[in-house]
Amino acid sequence: MRSVRRTLRTLQGDLARDIALVLLADGIVGVSFGAITVSAGLPVWLPMLLSVLAFAGASQFLFVGIIAAGGNPVAAVLAGLLVNARHVPFGFAVGDVLGRGWRRWAGIHLMIDETVAFALAQREAERRRAAYWACGVGLFVCWNLGVVLGAVAGTVVSDTAALGLDAAFPAVLLALVLPSLRDKTTGAAALVGVAVALVATPVLPAGLPVLLALLALPIAFVLRGRLDEPAHVREEASCPSR
Amino acid sequence: MSEQVILLAAVVVLAAGTYALRACGPVLRERVRLPQRAEEAMTLAAVLLLAALVGTAALTEAGGFAGWARPAGVLVGGVLAWRKAPFVVVVLAAAGTAALLRLAGVP
Repeated sequence: MRSVRRTLRTLQGDLARDIALVLLADGIVGVSFGAITVSAGLPVWLPMLLSVLAFAGASQFLFVGIIAAGGNPVAAVLAGLLVNARHVPFGFAVGDVLGRGWRRWAGIHLMIDETVAFALAQREAERRRAAYWACGVGLFVCWNLGVVLGAVAGTVVSDTAALGLDAAFPAVLLALVLPSLRDKTTGAAALVGVAVALVATPVLPAGLPVLLALLALPIAFVLRGRLDEPAHVREEASCPSR
Repeated sequence: MSEQVILLAAVVVLAAGTYALRACGPVLRERVRLPQRAEEAMTLAAVLLLAALVGTAALTEAGGFAGWARPAGVLVGGVLAWRKAPFVVVVLAAAGTAALLRLAGVP
């Protein structure tokens, strides 16, 4: 309980408000996921069980889309797993915020784009941990409540595009990674990665293009090696004036 | 087997597989002591993936172009974020721009 109180204290102010907005937006998307699935003629339990057990929005939409179109369940599973493959590198990046024991096994389940982005956007270890857990637990509750509401109530919010929520998701991630992208080498590598992913999108199955962005990783290191020395010199030169 | 049982099995396999993918990083990280450079590379990898997600989610839908309203909304949000506008303003402006453009008939 002490760690819960500590998390809440760390969260006061802007971070809590920012997370709350994402919870609201994703909750509404959850409503649409529930409604879309049931209105496609699939059983009511399907969106609810998927959301609790898989808890990965993009793969859920893809899975249901393939099943609803009469596709093979094996193909739906493989497509969903491919989309979720990015969680492997995510796990290496945020593994340190999960803690130990049962908490770590619960934290693993809460690993999604938003929690990773919120955690990486924080500088101090304590705030990283607090952001990860608050966003993760909050999203798990809101996403699942939304899905139940949508599945039971039907087509309340069948069109999240009318609300512009499809633009909100990339904007959330962009706002959270932008501070990292201001670093020139990271920014340059990210631009190359985005370009590779976009070129690959029409020809490769969903999930793979995003992973191909990792091809830009060596670029960042080559650039960094080249930029490192002048940066050091600059820093040292400006030190006395500080 | 009935269709519902097959569907249930598919959900369980997807969920178990997804959990395994998520667990890879945290479990393997603990076994090997990573040098500072590798830690940096992993954070960088996550940033690159998130950036690629932004790009593909903003511009594409089911392998094709998503239409103009969505990327326009994300662009407005991106410019505001670059100028250090509050997070809430960035997200609401992105959604609002896309919604208004669609109201005006832009796909």
